[in-house]
Amino acid sequence: MSSDETVADRMAGAAAAPGSAKADPILVADGVRRSFGGLTAVDVGHLEVQRGTITALIGPNGAGKSTLFNLLTGFDRVDQGTWSFDGRRISGKRGHQVARAGMVRTFQLTKALTRLSVLDNMLLGATGQFGEGIAGAFLRPVWQRQERANTERALELLERFKLIAKRDDMAGSLSGGQRKLLEMARALMTDPDMIMLDEPMAGVNPALVQSLLGHITSLRDEGKTVLFVEHDMDVIMGISDWIVVLAQGQVIAEGRPSDIRSNQQVIDAYLGSPEEG
Amino acid sequence: MDILSILADSTRSAFGPVAAVYALAAIGLNLHFGYTGLLNFGQVGFMLVGAYGVGISVSVFQLPVLVGFGIGLLCALVLALLLGIPTLRLRADYLAITTIAAGEVIRLIYRADFVEPLTGGVFGMQNLASGFRRFNPFESSARYGFGDITYTGTHLWTMVVTWSLVLVMVGVVWLLMHSPWGRVIKGIREDEEAVRSLGKDVFTYKMQVLVLGGLIGALAGCMMAMHQAAIQPDQFKPQVTFFLWVILLLGGAGRVFGPVLGAMAFWFLMDFTDGVLRGMGSMGWLPFLDSPDYGALQLAFAGLMLVLLIVFRPQGLIGDRKEMLINVK
Repeated sequence: MSSDETVADRMAGAAAAPGSAKADPILVADGVRRSFGGLTAVDVGHLEVQRGTITALIGPNGAGKSTLFNLLTGFDRVDQGTWSFDGRRISGKRGHQVARAGMVRTFQLTKALTRLSVLDNMLLGATGQFGEGIAGAFLRPVWQRQERANTERALELLERFKLIAKRDDMAGSLSGGQRKLLEMARALMTDPDMIMLDEPMAGVNPALVQSLLGHITSLRDEGKTVLFVEHDMDVIMGISDWIVVLAQGQVIAEGRPSDIRSNQQVIDAYLGSPEEG
Repeated sequence: MDILSILADSTRSAFGPVAAVYALAAIGLNLHFGYTGLLNFGQVGFMLVGAYGVGISVSVFQLPVLVGFGIGLLCALVLALLLGIPTLRLRADYLAITTIAAGEVIRLIYRADFVEPLTGGVFGMQNLASGFRRFNPFESSARYGFGDITYTGTHLWTMVVTWSLVLVMVGVVWLLMHSPWGRVIKGIREDEEAVRSLGKDVFTYKMQVLVLGGLIGALAGCMMAMHQAAIQPDQFKPQVTFFLWVILLLGGAGRVFGPVLGAMAFWFLMDFTDGVLRGMGSMGWLPFLDSPDYGALQLAFAGLMLVLLIVFRPQGLIGDRKEMLINVK
């Protein structure tokens, strides 16, 4: 059984239309609105993201992709709307609470913690650390065992992301692409169910793009759900199981890559429709 | 000009009670800025509430000195919460603005007429240290030390207590910073959004740091009151905070021993420039200056040394230059 078949099964029955219902949605959003002054940046009626798939969020500049990302992950406040993750309502929760619920994000401008070592960056991702309490911090013998286990897991991930040689270097000394890898690996340290990648390929040299793509598909194959924002059409068409197109804050189209490629509305949104001149 | 006696005076100052008090307060600031990146420009406010907390307790209410210390620390806790709750969710600049203003406002309130029965208003409070000096094991008027560098028994007692507190706090900071808690704190300094995205409650961590650093600042204030046995509101001007910043940058921000070395170096330099200026004045080399002007020139001179130090050693005495410049390349 290849992973492609299972993913196709997961998407089976989902209509290629905005707001379509999915067989087993992990994320369900309703009536999410956010405006800045008079400008409505995001106005999404209904959106479902299927569990265990790679869903791409695309759209022209200023379509509200990053704003929607920030809203869903608790890094911005909505004007109205609700959404739930894995059956639990997470709208109105703060960023760290959303992350603890199992939905972890990365950033468009990579946020490697530059004056921390690569390994420390990774360890920061581990959850439920006793030594992260201010009182627990003094009880070294109590948290040391946990620290060792976390270090072991961090090293495994660094190995997988080919950063193991850099483990003791400052994260600030990594290249742009390596920082993206580190950020993704660090997000995985939290053992999330869903990982939200904000432009994972931006500023990455072409040689690393393939390896990043490989990592993203292997995340899905391990059963994690990936939602990512991206500009590069080749990348999107190549790895997405499902594509959601945003324009002027609204979902204008949804579907498999083949549906989107031929969708006239999407072409208009990107190139400008003749009526709008 | 006797350069040896100037050097002896400067060395005495580097190890003296004032340097110890500043080292303690700078350890608090190091937690705020050096490790967490919180811009606290009102550390003097924490010193003030600590000093007055113990001062009012022992002189107005005749409480034991240790209870006074507790009350001073309690005041600092309240101050930290008042400063932190509205500002720590906002961008870093807001804490900076709030703390610099709050430090001044507190001083103006403590010196106001309406609180004079408690604080002594502009005249401050006197005779605060008898409870503290009762435990002095040294002969209070005898001199202790080596060669030209000696201290009175009273000062020695203050030094022993204050430097011990400095060492304890250095230990506390070391333990904290070599723990997962410290890792989160340093992460917040680098980028708090990233830390939040990993599920850490950044606000709570920042609050803990603001409180802890403030408490250490208040402890420094308490020791200042014990050292001087008298306090006045106008010795808590914003320049105290800026001295603390200089100390921190001089020693090395984000280093456990940075504030300690910084305080010693700072007070050495201050007394050294003062001594040199006075020496030059007494030899008639500074005909255009009266001796009251030396203070201003001393600060300018010390400032010049700091500028040179920051140009040639931006990481401070014990900082890591590579680490310091990693974001600048």
